[in-house]
Amino acid sequence: MSRLQVKTPSQADAAVEQLYRNMEQRIAASPPGLCPVDLALNFLNLCRAQTCGKCVPCRIGLTQLANMLQEVLEGEPDPHILHHIEVTAEVIVNTADCAIGIDAANMVLVGLKGFREDYEEHILHHRCLGYLRHPVPCVALCPAGVDIPGYIALVKEGRSADAVRLIRKDNPFPTACAYICEHPCEARCRRNMVDDALNIRALKRYAVDRAGEVPQPDCASATGKKVAVIGGGPGGLSAAYYLALMGHKVTVYEKRQRLGGMMRYGIPSYRLPREKLDQDIQSILSLGIEVHTGVSVGQDVSFEELKREYDSLYLSIGAQTDKKTGIPGEDSAGVISAVELLRHIGDDEMPDFTGLEVAVIGGGNVAMDVTRSAIRLGARKVSCVYRRRLEDMTAQMEEVEGAMAEGAEILALHAPTRIESGENGEVKALWVQPQVIGEVDQGSGRPKPYAADVGERRIPADVIIVAVGQGIESAGLEQSGIHIQRGGRLMANPTTQLSEMEGVFAGGDCVTGPATVIRAIAAGKVAAANIDEYLGFHHEITAQVKVPAPRFNDLRPTGRVSNAERDADERKRDFLCIECGLTEEEARQESGRCLRCDHFGYGNFKGGREEKW
Amino acid sequence: MVTIELDGRKLRVPEGTTILEAAQSANIPIPHLCYLKDINEIAACRMCMVEVEGTERLQPACNTWVTEGMVIRSNTPKVRQARRTNLRLILSQHNSNCTVCIRSGNCELQKLSHDLNIHYQPYPIQLERSPIRLDTPVVREASKCIKCMRCVQVCDKIQEMHVWDQIGTGSRATVSVSHSRYLKDTDCTFCGQCVTHCPTGALTVRDDTGRVLEALADPEITTVVQVAPAVRVAWAESWGLGAKYATAGRIVSALKHMGFDYVFDTNFTADLTIMEEGSEFVQRFTHRGKYRWPMFTSCCPGWVSFLKSQYPSYADCLSTAKSPQQMFGAVAKSYFAEKMGIDPHKMFVVSIMPCSAKKAESERPEMNDACGDPDVDVVLTTREMDRLFRSDCLVPQELEETPFDSPLGSSTGAAVIFGASGGVMDAALRSAYYLVTGENPDPDAFAEVRQGQPWREAKFDIPGAGTVRVAVVSGLANTRRLMEAIDSGDADYDFVEVMACPGGCAGGGGQPIREGREMAAYRGNLLWKIDAKAPVRFSHENPEILSLYREYFRTPLSERSHHLLHTEHKV
Repeated sequence: MSRLQVKTPSQADAAVEQLYRNMEQRIAASPPGLCPVDLALNFLNLCRAQTCGKCVPCRIGLTQLANMLQEVLEGEPDPHILHHIEVTAEVIVNTADCAIGIDAANMVLVGLKGFREDYEEHILHHRCLGYLRHPVPCVALCPAGVDIPGYIALVKEGRSADAVRLIRKDNPFPTACAYICEHPCEARCRRNMVDDALNIRALKRYAVDRAGEVPQPDCASATGKKVAVIGGGPGGLSAAYYLALMGHKVTVYEKRQRLGGMMRYGIPSYRLPREKLDQDIQSILSLGIEVHTGVSVGQDVSFEELKREYDSLYLSIGAQTDKKTGIPGEDSAGVISAVELLRHIGDDEMPDFTGLEVAVIGGGNVAMDVTRSAIRLGARKVSCVYRRRLEDMTAQMEEVEGAMAEGAEILALHAPTRIESGENGEVKALWVQPQVIGEVDQGSGRPKPYAADVGERRIPADVIIVAVGQGIESAGLEQSGIHIQRGGRLMANPTTQLSEMEGVFAGGDCVTGPATVIRAIAAGKVAAANIDEYLGFHHEITAQVKVPAPRFNDLRPTGRVSNAERDADERKRDFLCIECGLTEEEARQESGRCLRCDHFGYGNFKGGREEKW
Repeated sequence: MVTIELDGRKLRVPEGTTILEAAQSANIPIPHLCYLKDINEIAACRMCMVEVEGTERLQPACNTWVTEGMVIRSNTPKVRQARRTNLRLILSQHNSNCTVCIRSGNCELQKLSHDLNIHYQPYPIQLERSPIRLDTPVVREASKCIKCMRCVQVCDKIQEMHVWDQIGTGSRATVSVSHSRYLKDTDCTFCGQCVTHCPTGALTVRDDTGRVLEALADPEITTVVQVAPAVRVAWAESWGLGAKYATAGRIVSALKHMGFDYVFDTNFTADLTIMEEGSEFVQRFTHRGKYRWPMFTSCCPGWVSFLKSQYPSYADCLSTAKSPQQMFGAVAKSYFAEKMGIDPHKMFVVSIMPCSAKKAESERPEMNDACGDPDVDVVLTTREMDRLFRSDCLVPQELEETPFDSPLGSSTGAAVIFGASGGVMDAALRSAYYLVTGENPDPDAFAEVRQGQPWREAKFDIPGAGTVRVAVVSGLANTRRLMEAIDSGDADYDFVEVMACPGGCAGGGGQPIREGREMAAYRGNLLWKIDAKAPVRFSHENPEILSLYREYFRTPLSERSHHLLHTEHKV
């Protein structure tokens, strides 16, 4: 008799493994707006399948919870049913023997708190508050609502210029976004159910790279109204663009020497080549927008003056000031902020780090931008110090991996404690305290680090770059009567109108705090629409591009095409673009994977396409 | 043009044609339940699935466009299986109590189940909770809804009232009143277009025949019935009868057979409406500065309700004249009751209308001017009248022609055209011309308003009064466009006729339901033909109208007219 056996998965095990992967992908592609009570019931049913069956609370309790949820959804529930659900779930949490039962019941409790209204609507009125507000996942998740299936269909037909025209209907920065958008559109792509999300940004880049110069449409006839936009970043220029299309006279006031905001002064050119950014900006300005650069509102021209002179104002001043770490020695010579460094780079004033050791503090995308910029400026060694784990970094993982490939040292779980300086006040080293990752913080949901029981470490450094976030320079505005919230954020309602100042609108980073380019663009679009209404008009923005009819698709699983990058060893020596575009062959295949949710499924019933706004 | 092969036949069809349209053009039937051309091409029911060579999965014929060389088969085992299984799935959530369903015999689902030879059901029946509320003229029975979404689309696209919507998510998604409201709390005009486009008995107009039968059974009650213009050209469709048998005279016989004491014609009060509304228009037009423009017709209750809820500031532009139905009720319970010595409280006035909104109109609290009771007691739709006739085993072909009773039974060609879009305008202009000039115009002088786009405009010179700029519109989405144009100053009219249903009352929400066919234009043409052949074509020449004024109202817009024939249109 053999005593042991090698574990080999059965055919059924392999099939179930595949189904697990399918379900994971399916949850990733879950459309927004589903009935949360229905989801809670169905999650609970999965938990019921997982119970081992030994203990009473888990084996029977979860079943009874599911029965009660079913009753809520389909029966004639007792008005006290929520109380029964709550008590039962609490007892399961308190008495189940292992995580299978405890966690399942906890999920029900989370739902009872989180979407009690939905429960009550079902119980009291047999009605559901769940509602599919927008059936096309990518469009729903794009803050600017770009017609993604539309332009992908155009890319598929080789109509790159039309793709650019269609994108511009909702986003006047097709090129900039093709290079650097964080592509929230891909998160719930329905293609996840088949294989993987579409590489939407890569297809947009394919379109802009091939479209050549696409002329702008004619502006509507002049309205005689004047609008001033304060801040020439992505949000301000987007508002300016649509307002100009609507026939209003737009003037942009920009504090810096050049337009582009954080796209120029925050994002290094190896991610967004300057000539690409300038392409978008020149195209926008071709509508006849007046620009005053190097003009600071509050110093060179007063806010009141602008209010008098213009029929409406849009504030899009961004979040451009740096934040401090507050550790001792931060005022040493050689300590600079990421904002400052990137601003110099944006104005082509390149500091020379040749042969120097650089330490970067922070774990976000900006920290990665300065880490990788420091390498390109000739630093001998660049260490990026972050107090949590690598996986807790808010930077996109491909940025972190890119930095590592270029030779950066990522020192996770090290909290900066102080900066050591020499006799003349010059930086000598960054001292860090190693950390251990600890309990999950209830509020943020992220595990909190704490000091490890070991001594501090010394990281020798000639330059220290602080990248721990940005603030809003709103001090000057407060005196003008604009309501400023804690953290310097301007108080604007979701229509971007300032509640206490008629005709003045605000949006983008200065309202939300530091966010993304596409969110600033979206705010600019919203502001343009509402300023137009405020001025007494109702101009409609359309693309005049006919989207190709969809063809049926047999849904054969096909891998997602990803962008190639230049060799790390080569790219780290210059500020040229890292990412390579798709080839025609790749673009054809990738665009062919689009499921055309604008037509198939709910799309051909409602909301498949908004042709104007 | 592209060439395709469908079931072995080579077809050449224009580019942009769907497989279903291509099949229809070749008389190859492909079953479908949810499809409504241009309105609902959402491929939800999956009954029209066909095989397309080169693809593994079946494709919906209704919204798949043909391509050059496409080879399509609509009759393979795979297609057959798909149709049968999907239909059984639909039936597993459908309350198939066909025997007592209003739509039995005129139901697409019933017909298709029968045609596909479905006689047993492997799936358990799971019906949606289905409380039935009778507090509105439009009634929904959820357990019969097959979620084809036609009602949602008709209300969104044809009427733009957005009353219906898909509600809930996941497999419990269903159709209901939008924004979690009850129908009575919405701006629903009760036009009934959702009902006439519903393929099953899920949406119906509330059946009020029971109240009529009760009144007929009560010997103390005098029953008076009026028949609206558009009813006479549609009522016999459910027997498959053409214009030869489908006459007003046979309706009169049938209603007499049912036991009504007096059978009158709404056409009579349509002529009366023209006298009042035409005079009102002339009064306003000759005192332009005193009024806000344009003047709107007020005979369509769907439109009146629309205006009051969507553009309340325009309510004073409505003609104050009541609709012919309400004028009839008011005259019946005053003039007629006095003349005949009948206690109006013991008179029961029934209307036969092509319309579901008329039920709501008759229930408005201010419509009680004659004696304090409602002027009209019950409104039946054309379909309800047909059901009453069937339940009495009437055979329309066998009925005699009987004239309407006097004195509220005579009418002119100008009255019968109230049932078609443009008719009220045409009739009003004929009499307005006479009122101003003292001479009759050519009765076809205003033919421009009769046909064309759903929103059409015209200008006519009335000697002595000037140029009258008129517009005619039907369908509430079109009406909204017109109202927006008026509101923004892009359109400027003196007189506007609005009908809530596309094509006017001929296509009303109370008319016989004809799957896949829009009957308004056909029925409307029949009305125009009746007008063309009518011996009298001017409302002001109706002899009984003239004696009504002599005996009772004296003149249009007299004090008594204002009391009985006009209303304030309070928002």
